[in-house]
Amino acid sequence: MAKVRKGIEVSIAMADAVAQANVDVIGAYPITPQTHIVEHLSEIVANAELDAEFVPVDSEHSAMSVCCGSAAVGARTFTSTSSQGLALMAEIFYIAAAMRLPIVMALANRSLSSPLSIWNDHTDTMMVRDAGWIHLFVENGQESYDNIFTAFRIAEDEDVMLPVAVNFDGFILTHMIEPIEYEDNDTIAKYLPAFKMKNTLHPDNPVSMGCFGMPEIYTEAQMQREDAIRRAYPTIIKAWKEWGDLTGRYYHPVETYRSEDAEYCIVTMGSYGETAMEVVDSLREEGEKVGVVKIRLWRPFPLDEFRKAVLGKKSLIVLDRAISFGGPGGPVASELRSALYNKEGAPVIVNYVAGLAGRDVSRNDFRNIILEGKARAGKGDTEGFTLYGLRG
Amino acid sequence: MLEIRLHGRGGQGAVTSAELVAIAAINKGNFAQAFPSFGPERRGAPVVAFCRVDDKKINIRAKVYKPNVVIVLDPGLLSLLDPTEGMSDDGILILNTKKKPQDIPALAGKSVHVATVDAQTIAIEELGRPIVNTTMLGAFIRATGLIDIEDIREPILERFGSKLGSRNMLALERAYNEVSIKE
Repeated sequence: MAKVRKGIEVSIAMADAVAQANVDVIGAYPITPQTHIVEHLSEIVANAELDAEFVPVDSEHSAMSVCCGSAAVGARTFTSTSSQGLALMAEIFYIAAAMRLPIVMALANRSLSSPLSIWNDHTDTMMVRDAGWIHLFVENGQESYDNIFTAFRIAEDEDVMLPVAVNFDGFILTHMIEPIEYEDNDTIAKYLPAFKMKNTLHPDNPVSMGCFGMPEIYTEAQMQREDAIRRAYPTIIKAWKEWGDLTGRYYHPVETYRSEDAEYCIVTMGSYGETAMEVVDSLREEGEKVGVVKIRLWRPFPLDEFRKAVLGKKSLIVLDRAISFGGPGGPVASELRSALYNKEGAPVIVNYVAGLAGRDVSRNDFRNIILEGKARAGKGDTEGFTLYGLRG
Repeated sequence: MLEIRLHGRGGQGAVTSAELVAIAAINKGNFAQAFPSFGPERRGAPVVAFCRVDDKKINIRAKVYKPNVVIVLDPGLLSLLDPTEGMSDDGILILNTKKKPQDIPALAGKSVHVATVDAQTIAIEELGRPIVNTTMLGAFIRATGLIDIEDIREPILERFGSKLGSRNMLALERAYNEVSIKE
């Protein structure tokens, strides 16, 4: 088993992972900042390094339609998009989950217009939060590469059969060169066996998929989806555990850093997590009893693990990367408040929204947010949310 | 951890320079990041690229605010921006200019170490065009000692192919030998 450590752009490593996963069909349309993944995959297919069909479609709506069709015949299917592209494919994005089609998407998170912006935040993914996809968040290049494989493993599991989005921060990760350890193809083949779908579209055995649903059946159909995504949870845990056993890199729905004896924690999702650890290290040296809690699995939401990680703490400072206009807080904070409501030992939550459309969140910003959030929690100033760094 | 900031113009290869240093450092077993100041690419407009190198995993997902080393590919940029922004006095400023370091006035009152090389002339002579990004890496390697010339050879040959890559290496080696450094 040979691992190869490379200095490589995260997008290229993700495309290489898709090739190593031996996909059959890629249906995609280029959009910043996802472009390098799709370009590289198109090259790999054109060079016959991967025996797959690359379908260069006319729009993202078509991209997801191609993916639905190919997954329905049992082909291992990949796509990638961002922002406006996701908005344009939203209609079919919902259908993919409803039809239980195990597509894997690399979702390079980016803001939505307007004003027109190509930069990173989590607005796009929050738009499709309730579509029934499994959503993973990663915080660095290695995790991006690794979770292409775990995503296919989870999606295609007979007990799951749901699409999976691997959320990774646009530009902050897509355009970053950093060290990434590649696994060899034998390891991948061992982890990710060939996809064999039970119920496929096939001319010899005609079936209908995605039928009309009368009021008499729609509710039951939705309940089946709810059941399916909840039942996916143990498969996700198992897929991550087995990946860890093979590679030494383990993933968990909720991950903590120096939180065991922490009185308060900063809660992050995505690439925020790494800077948060760095800043917590320096605050610890100053005697602050602070830790980090990271949400890696956004759907299905890991309620028990989250509660276990935070009950008994005094306060949480939740850092969102999207706004819910007119809502009770940022999307992540609102869910976490709901998860803790009426729970004994629940910490109070102070919510900051930062890093919108690529505005840099530096170590100093993290420090300000953590210390100000702690002070506000102490004063009971915990309503709503604060847009960090708002000018004027 | 060493933090590097590169100033150039769109098309001059500042981002490529940052990437080559990061790849060379990673190939040596170190940890590194290279990334552009993200945005639409416009030829000729001022651009900034960043690089971090450390012997342990780097956990920062933000721009470089306090660089130890700043490389300026285009001397024309010096009238537009302060290349020493965020630098402390022990920082190293590497400039593409015909001037010698002692002829560079203290910038913004800072007494950083200055290294200069006439990368423009070297690049025109060795590459036939004024693209100085790899040439400036020769000055960078000499001024910082962060990596060796041999560490950068493979990444450059891989990026540019053996023919163009070799010419880039010649330019880089000349800059390594011709750079003037004021301690």
